[in-house]
Amino acid sequence: MLDGAQTFDGNVTGVEVEKATPALLPCEVKGLCYKAGENQLIDGIDLKLTAGPVTMIMGPNGAGKTLLVRLLHGMIEPASGQVSWGGRPLDLATRKRQAMVFQTPVLLRRSVTANIDFVLKLHDGPKRQTAEEILHMAGLDDKASQPARLLSGGERQRLAIARALATNPDVLFLDEPTASLDPASTLAIENIVSQARDRGTKIIFITHDVGQARRLGDEVIFMHHGRVLEQVPAKSFFDSPSSTQAQDYLAGRIVL
Amino acid sequence: MQNFTQAFALAFDLMLSADADLLEIIGLSLRVSLMAMAISTLIGLPIGAAIGMSRFRGRGVSIILLNALMGLPPVVVGLGVYLLLSRAGPMGWMGLLYTPTAMIIAQSILITPIIAALSRQVIEDLHNEYAEQFRSLCVSPRTAIAALLWDARYGLLTVALAGFGRAVAEVGAVIIVGGNIEHLTRVMTTAIALETSKGDLALALALGIVLLSIALLVNAAVMGLRMTATRFSYA
Ligand SMILES: Nc1ncnc2c1ncn2[C@@H]1O[C@H](COP(=O)(O)OP(=O)(O)OP(=O)(O)O)[C@@H](O)[C@H]1O
Ligand SMILES: [Mg+2]
Repeated sequence: MLDGAQTFDGNVTGVEVEKATPALLPCEVKGLCYKAGENQLIDGIDLKLTAGPVTMIMGPNGAGKTLLVRLLHGMIEPASGQVSWGGRPLDLATRKRQAMVFQTPVLLRRSVTANIDFVLKLHDGPKRQTAEEILHMAGLDDKASQPARLLSGGERQRLAIARALATNPDVLFLDEPTASLDPASTLAIENIVSQARDRGTKIIFITHDVGQARRLGDEVIFMHHGRVLEQVPAKSFFDSPSSTQAQDYLAGRIVL
Repeated sequence: MQNFTQAFALAFDLMLSADADLLEIIGLSLRVSLMAMAISTLIGLPIGAAIGMSRFRGRGVSIILLNALMGLPPVVVGLGVYLLLSRAGPMGWMGLLYTPTAMIIAQSILITPIIAALSRQVIEDLHNEYAEQFRSLCVSPRTAIAALLWDARYGLLTVALAGFGRAVAEVGAVIIVGGNIEHLTRVMTTAIALETSKGDLALALALGIVLLSIALLVNAAVMGLRMTATRFSYA
């Protein structure tokens, strides 16, 4: 044994942390149902999400996209069925490794930096990025000390995404983050998301924007009336959608 | 009976010469009502925060009750505290009746529901705003409470000031449990009531003007807080 074996070299912990963390993916969903009163809003969904591909969820208004993502993230409890991540149930440890950006971002009534600091302080353990680095990534350096609630819509979304990424989540859910943004802001957000994907974060992205889904998506989940009608590679979804509902949706017709 | 202009002139004389009696009365008023505000905030704020952030059976009823208690008539509170503290009462042995402590107790009882009910609303609004995000981030209840209190601080300060305003202007409770004893329990409102009935309008007027100024000041502070908070978008 080496003499210095017991000396701390400052390098070991990082490796051990990586090893100790079990993979969160694949995510498996079986017979998932969600009800509000008599309404079957999520109606028996089975699907599997694997590490790697960017998953776009599409479908008409009221299809259940937001509900599905909220179920996957453990924001609400299903009426029946299971969601498992990496073979384990959706417990607190699993949820802490996921992050979600809501359709309308909720920002704390604090400065932009303080919004980031809040989440950095939540999860202990090694922080790979500082608040400044995170804000720089989101292009918000010059807004750092400004109250978050004074940001424009696009800046708010960028901050919400930056905050979601601050904890280095393994999974990032985004619910129509660019719905009301101009093309440049949309591209800025897509860039942030692509960078996160490149760092190994699984992206699950709800959108109505076909161009965006083509740019970002590797696979598409198409939903209608609380069911998943298709889960296919993005290219085949846009070139030859198999369900009539998806054909209607893509052609801009009312989906029945 | 002094004539009206004379009374005014005398009142300003008293104020400008910083009359000792006048200052004593003002000092006691502020001391009693600030203490009552502090105690009520310590009790009322946690109650308000707890109800504002949680869901439990009977929550609606407790909110209605709290809101109703905001309108407690001061004389009724005074009477209740009097019965408690009077020699024959359950707390009579403490000998607190006709002391500033009795007045602080009475005013605290009067404004605790006000602070609890108003801070419940403030905390609940912010909680509704933050709840989803906090759930997504797996924020612990402790961190959530701290964040809500901190981010609602302007609103909560306003609530405390509203409680103080109510306490300092109230006469019914302090006159019953304090007794308006000179150099001991005489505060602005009780002095005004007494001096007016005695016909000494100058002191009453001087105190009235001071009381009015305090009310104005409190309201200006509330407004200032609200404006600061909105200007910086922290509210
Ligand atoms: N808590 C609830 N109680 C009752 N109905 C609900 C509830 N939440 C959602 N719904 C209904 O469930 C359906 C699916 O909602 P969801 O928000 O998932 O739609 P979506 O696919 O995200 O639509 P959009 O594209 O408009 O965002 C809608 O008809 C909605 O009205
Ligand atoms: Mg939605």
